[in-house]
Amino acid sequence: MTAPQVVPAETPDVEEAPVADRPWVTVVHNDPVNLMTYVTWVFQKLFGYSEDKAHKLMLDVHYKGRAVVSSGTREKMEHDASCLHAYGLWATVSHE
Amino acid sequence: MARFAADEVAVLRQVASEVIGLLTDNFDRDDPVVERLFPDGYQDDPAEAAEFRKYTEGDLKTAKIDQAGAILATLPSDGGAVVRLDPEAAEAWLRALNDVRLALGIRLDVKDDTDLLEELDEAVMRDPTSARVRQLTMYQYLGVLQESLLDAIIG
Repeated sequence: MTAPQVVPAETPDVEEAPVADRPWVTVVHNDPVNLMTYVTWVFQKLFGYSEDKAHKLMLDVHYKGRAVVSSGTREKMEHDASCLHAYGLWATVSHE
Repeated sequence: MARFAADEVAVLRQVASEVIGLLTDNFDRDDPVVERLFPDGYQDDPAEAAEFRKYTEGDLKTAKIDQAGAILATLPSDGGAVVRLDPEAAEAWLRALNDVRLALGIRLDVKDDTDLLEELDEAVMRDPTSARVRQLTMYQYLGVLQESLLDAIIG
């Protein structure tokens, strides 16, 4: 007697939420021109973040090369990215 | 409030006009400066990036022309000037100065590890009258100006 052949179900990745549940995000990328003080100010101005939070995000952009600066609906993220472009920041939209 | 000497007024008017030129008559999507001022909204997805551009480029272009125009509107056509900016105009100036610096940064090939003073020294040694010396000097001046304007806005 042999055990029935069962195709193992794909192990769900518990760390990762289903695609539909994952939010859209706006990512700001590092660039060599924008002043650190300016980038911090833009984050405060545009998103209403505290100086501490804005400063930390700016440091992430600078040292890690990128940082997620907002999350939500795709439409909102496209709006955010476009606003960031008006301030001269390099921003993209993605589905993390 | 800021006081500008006649040559500073002339430089600011010139760079603001150049940016407006790049955004209007000379608009060229393949120009690396235009690529930097209008980045792709989606990485690694040309179709989505094109769609994003279709809906955002017009407004973004208008905003950038208006903010560069704010510099021209404030400064006299020649001579020095004492400039007082209300908060709205100050922000337009900040964004416009940033656009100019982005454009110059591309033209000068500024990288994260670029040492501007070293670059300037080398350029002066080669030819003190070169366009590169002028552009590097301008780039540094605009950075200092943007920083001090930001200080004034933050208070």
